[in-house]
Amino acid sequence: MAWQKRILRVNLNDQSCTEEPLNMEWAQKFLGQRGLATKYLSEEIDPKVDALSPGNKLIMATGPLTGTMASTGGRYSVITKSPLTGAIACSNSGGFIGAELKQAGWDMIIFEGKSDKPVYLYLEDDVASLCDAAELWGKSVWATDELLHAKYQDPLIRIACVGRSAEEGCLYASIVNDRHRAAGRSGVGTVMASKNLKAVVVRGTKGVGNVRDPKAFFKATSEGKKTLADNAVTGEGLPAMGTQVLMNVINEVGAMPTRNMREVQFEGAAKISAEAMAEPRESDGKPNLVTNAACFGCTIACGRISTIDPQHYSIENKPEYIGASGGLEYESAWALGSNVGVDDLDALTYANFLCNEDGMDPISFGATVSAAMELFGMGAITLEHTGGVDMSFGSAEALTISAELVAKGEGFGRDLAMGSKKLCEKYGHPEISMTVKGQEFPAYDPRSIQGMGLGYATSNRGACHLRGYTVSSEIMGVPVKTDPLVTEGKPELVKSFQDATAAVDSTGLCTFTTFAWTLEDIAPQVDAACEGGWTAESMLEAGERIWNLERQFNLDAGLTRKDDTLPARLLKDAAKTGPAKGSVNRLDEMLPQYYSLRGWDAEGVPNDETMKRLGL
Amino acid sequence: MLKSLQLEPEKCTGCLQCEMACSYENEGVFNPAKSRIKVFNFHDEGRFAPYTCTQCTEAWCLHACPVEAIVVNESTGAKEVIEDVCVGCKVCTIACPFGTVNYNTDSGKVMKCDLCGGDPACADACPTAAITYVDSSYTGLDRMKSHAAQTVPKT
Amino acid sequence: MRHVIIGTGPAGVTAAETLKKLDPGALVTMVGDEPEPPYSRMAIPYLLIDQIGESGTYLRKNNAHFKEFGISHVEGVVESIDQAKNQVHLGGGTEIGYDRLLVATGSTPVSPPIDGIDHPLVSSCWTLEDARRIAAVAKPGANVVLMGAGFIGCIILEALAKSGANLTVIEMEDRMVPRMMNDIAGNMIKDWCEERGVSVNTSTRVESIAEEGDGLSVTLSNGKSIPADLVVSATGVRPNIGFLDGADIKTDLGILVNRQMQTSDPHIFAAGDVAQGKDFSSEEFSVQAIQPTAVEHGQLAAKNMFGLKNASHQGSVNMNVLDTLGLISSSFGLWMGVENGESCELLNKERFRYINLQFCEDVLIGATSLGLTEHVGVLRGLIQTKTKLGVWKDRLIEDPTKIMEAYLGSTHAIGHNAKIMK
Repeated sequence: MAWQKRILRVNLNDQSCTEEPLNMEWAQKFLGQRGLATKYLSEEIDPKVDALSPGNKLIMATGPLTGTMASTGGRYSVITKSPLTGAIACSNSGGFIGAELKQAGWDMIIFEGKSDKPVYLYLEDDVASLCDAAELWGKSVWATDELLHAKYQDPLIRIACVGRSAEEGCLYASIVNDRHRAAGRSGVGTVMASKNLKAVVVRGTKGVGNVRDPKAFFKATSEGKKTLADNAVTGEGLPAMGTQVLMNVINEVGAMPTRNMREVQFEGAAKISAEAMAEPRESDGKPNLVTNAACFGCTIACGRISTIDPQHYSIENKPEYIGASGGLEYESAWALGSNVGVDDLDALTYANFLCNEDGMDPISFGATVSAAMELFGMGAITLEHTGGVDMSFGSAEALTISAELVAKGEGFGRDLAMGSKKLCEKYGHPEISMTVKGQEFPAYDPRSIQGMGLGYATSNRGACHLRGYTVSSEIMGVPVKTDPLVTEGKPELVKSFQDATAAVDSTGLCTFTTFAWTLEDIAPQVDAACEGGWTAESMLEAGERIWNLERQFNLDAGLTRKDDTLPARLLKDAAKTGPAKGSVNRLDEMLPQYYSLRGWDAEGVPNDETMKRLGL
Repeated sequence: MLKSLQLEPEKCTGCLQCEMACSYENEGVFNPAKSRIKVFNFHDEGRFAPYTCTQCTEAWCLHACPVEAIVVNESTGAKEVIEDVCVGCKVCTIACPFGTVNYNTDSGKVMKCDLCGGDPACADACPTAAITYVDSSYTGLDRMKSHAAQTVPKT
Repeated sequence: MRHVIIGTGPAGVTAAETLKKLDPGALVTMVGDEPEPPYSRMAIPYLLIDQIGESGTYLRKNNAHFKEFGISHVEGVVESIDQAKNQVHLGGGTEIGYDRLLVATGSTPVSPPIDGIDHPLVSSCWTLEDARRIAAVAKPGANVVLMGAGFIGCIILEALAKSGANLTVIEMEDRMVPRMMNDIAGNMIKDWCEERGVSVNTSTRVESIAEEGDGLSVTLSNGKSIPADLVVSATGVRPNIGFLDGADIKTDLGILVNRQMQTSDPHIFAAGDVAQGKDFSSEEFSVQAIQPTAVEHGQLAAKNMFGLKNASHQGSVNMNVLDTLGLISSSFGLWMGVENGESCELLNKERFRYINLQFCEDVLIGATSLGLTEHVGVLRGLIQTKTKLGVWKDRLIEDPTKIMEAYLGSTHAIGHNAKIMK
C-alpha cells in the first residue's frame, strides 16, 4: 500500500507527541499530501482563525509515492492557513526530508497549538520528542542545520527549519529543508515560527514497503523513468539548464515581468540566464553553475548547485559564502533579477543564497523589493525610510542589502518583510502591489499568456504558477499548443490543469514530471503502490474534489469572488513590447465561463450539485 | 570474464535510486538506511560519489571473519555474507579498509554488497550510468589505483 | 616440505590453508590441544546466549574441510621442541619432524594473585569448556561477578547480562576497556551498562574470594563484600610460551619475530597472540592479541615458510570493536594520540555518540568511536594507507563524522557532473 497509515500529532501546548491511524477513507477520496492534508486542516481548524494564532495548525504531509522508487517520489507539502493571504497555504518541497519522514514510518505530522518556548521535533523512527531549541533560536537555517548535525553526529538526519526571517515575522518566510530546498510560498515558515517550532529533524530507517503490486509498480515506474529520459524537457533541458531553460524563452515571447511588472521584457535577461550561468567568469575561470543535482529519487535532476564569484562585492570578507550551494532557479532568477531590474548574476546568486539561508520565499521577496523600488521612484519611499539605501530599479546593492535586512529582520527589512501588499498599503499606493489575494506574482506576465491570468486570479493560494501551469500548453505546446494571446478555450485549459496538478501534488511526485507525463503515466504508478483502483479519470476527479475543498476553505475563511482578480495594471496597462505588445489580460472574458465550468454560481461558490457530485 | 561495478562519480546526481534499488532487492523495502551502496554528498563542492564494496582481491573482511561467514561466490567473484553463519561480531566492519561492510543493528548481522548474484540492482536503477556493471578489465586501472592506495604508504 | 603448525586458532588455520594454496604438495600438520575442531574464541559470547550452537563457533564449517585441504589435524600437547633434530615432542612420546615450524599457540588467561582465585566457582571465559561451565551457572537470579572490564571482559559482559544473572563488574582502572578507550569513551560505556542494570565498579580491586554457603563472597578494595554464585575472571591474557622454556628461541612478553614472522631460529616462525609482531603505528614489536592480526600473521608466516620473497610485515594496525549491551564502540591505532599531534572529537553523552580522531601532520593515526556502525572500517584504511588528508584534515576537525568523504575525497577523483551544460 506504500502508506504507513500513521500520523504523528504534535501538540505544542502540552508538548505531547501521539500516534494515530491515517484516515484511509479520506485517503481514498483525497489521495494524499496536498489533498489529504487539506481535508485534515479543513476538518480541524476554523478557516477564520488568525493564521499566526495557536488555533492554526501546520501539517507536513507526504503522498503515497513519497519515499518509493517512483521517479521524483520524494516530495512533501506543508499545509496550513497562510498569514500572507488568509487563504489556504500548500507549499511543496523536494530534497530528502519528505522521503525520510515516510521511511521513519509516518505519512504526516500535524502540529497544533503553540509552544511556550522554542522547541524542535526530533523524530527517529518510532521515537518522537520535542527538544529545547533555545540554542537554535536566532540562528539561520544553515547554522541550525550545522548545529543539529553536530549534535546528533549523524550525517543522514534530515532537517527542515525556519530561519531568522520567520522568527522576525516576515510574512513570506519559508520552511527550508536539506539546506536549499524549500516549502517556499505563502508564509508557511511564518506559521511554523509563530508556534515556537524551530526545526523538524528526521531519521528514518524503517523503510517504505508494502507496495500493493510490486511487479506492476516496477513496470510502471520503469516505463515512467524511460518516458522522462526520452523527453526533450525532462531528459535534456531541465538536467542541463534547470528551470532557467525558460529565461530566454519567456523573455522572447514578451512574458517576462520586469521592474514590478511595468514591462514584459528585460534587456538584461541573457546575463542572468542558464547560458550565463554556464559561462566561465573572468575572476577564476569557473562558471556560476557547478553541477545539477537531484532531489530524492528524481531521475530528472533539475536542481542547480552554484558558487558566487569569490571576488564579487557581495561576499567580500564572507568566506562562508564561497562554497557551492543551491543556485538560481528560473523563478528566483526572475524575481531577484528582471523584476528588480538587476542583471548582476552574482548578486542574484548571493540574494538567493540568503533566501535559503534564512528562509525567505525569493518570489515574494523579490516582488516586494520591486514594489519598494517603484515606490522609491515615485517618492513614496525615501532614503529616510530605507536607512539611506538607494532603492532604485537596477541597483544590485539595493537587492543584496534588502536580502540581508529581511533575513535578519532589521531596519527597512522589517517593512520589506510585510510583503508587497502591506508594504504598498503602508506607503499609500495599494495599486502598486502586484499580488493576488496578497501573494506576489511569479514569472509569467498574464498580459502575454492569457490562461495564466485566469490561473492566477483563481488560484486557491493567491498568485501562483504551480496551481495550473498553462505555460506548458500556451508557450511550450505540451500537451497541445494553444495561442497565448487568445482567451478562447482557456477556462477549460485552466480548469483541467488545475485539477490534474492538484492530483499530482497529492501523490508525492514532482509537478515537473508533467512536462513528460500525463495522468495516464502517473495513475498506474499510484495504483500499483496503493489500494484504491486509481485511474487517470479517478485521479482527475480527486484533483477536482481537492480544488473545490480548497475553494470551500477559502470561502469559509471569508474570501469572495472579488478576490478572484488581478491588479489593475495587468488588466488596463498594455504590454509595451514583444509579441504581446498592446495586449492586456482579458480576465473578464474568461472568469464567468470558468465559474460555470466548475459548477460554481456567479459568486464563485460551488453549487450543491457540484459538491454532491464530488462527495464534499 | 568476471564483471564488476564501475562507479563514475562525475555522473552522479545524488538521487539515491541506487540506494532504494539495493535496499528493495535485499530487504524488500525502499530504505536507503539499509543500502549496501551509498551516495556521499560533497555539499560545498557540489559533488556526489556513489561507493560500495570493490570486491577487492585482498578480501580483508573474509579473512577477518572468525566463523567463515563471508565466502566468495565463484561465479561473480563477490564476497558474500552468509547471514545464518554470521554471529554479528563486527570484526569485518573494522577490518574492511574501505568502510563498506556495515553492521545492521536490526538484524544483528553485517551486510555488504554481493553484486545481487550477478545482476546488480543499483546499476539497473541508476538513471545517469554513474553505476555500471562491466567486464572487470575495464575497471582494472581504477582497481589497481585503489589497491595501491591502501597498500602503498604515500609519502 | 614438512610444515608443522602448533595451534589451531585463526593464525594456525590461516597459515595451514595458505601453505597448501602456495604448495599443494607440502605436508602440513596442525597440532591442537583441545578436542573440538578448530573454533573461534570470538564466537563464544554468542554461544553463551544460545544464538549459535558449538558448531557455529567453528572456524571452518565443513567437517571435512581440513581433510579436503590435505591438512592433518593432530590432537596433542606440545611439550618441547628439539631444534637440533627439527622435531616437536608431544605428550605420550609422539614426535613430529618439521622443515618449518610455526608456533601459533595463542594465549591463556592470567590468574591474578588473589586468595581464592583457584576456587572451582571462579572461571575464566576462554575455551568452549569454560563457556559450558559458565552457561550452567549464569541463570536468572544468579549473582555473577565479572573481574576485569577489558576487551575480553566486555565481550562476555553482554552474554552474562542477557543470561538474566545479577551482574557486577569489577575493574581496577578508572574506566571500562582502559586499553582500548580513552577516559570519555570508557566512562560512557560504563554509564551505558549501569543504565541497563549492570553494576560497574571502576578503580576497584578484588581483594579476596572466599567460600560462603553454597557460593562465594567477594571482598573488594572499597571494603565491601558481595555474594557470588560465580566469578568470571577476565583480567588479561598472556602468550603461551611456557613450553619454550629451555628452547633456544628469543622471547620477551611473547615470541620475538622479525618482519618475516621468523623467530631467532630460522626454521621456526611464530604468529598470532603468541607472537610479538610489528605494530603498524608504533613500529615496535608487541603482542596485539586480536583476531585480524592473527590472520595477517598466519598469512605472512606461511608465505615466508614457503619461501616467498618480499612477504614482509608492514605492521598490523591495532584495532578493536566491541558491542557492550548494544553500544558499539571501536578504536584504532594510536587512539590515545601522540605528542605534538592534533586531535578532534564530537561528543553527545545523551545519545552515547562519540568520535575522536588523532592526527600526526595531515595523516590519521588513531581513532575512537561510540555508536558508529556505518563505514567504520575506513578509519583503519585511512590509518594504514597513511593517506595524506590535505584539506580534508581541517574538514575532519570541523566535522569528524565525514570520514568516508575524507577517504573518497583524498583518494578518488570525485569529478563534476557531466550532464550540465558545456
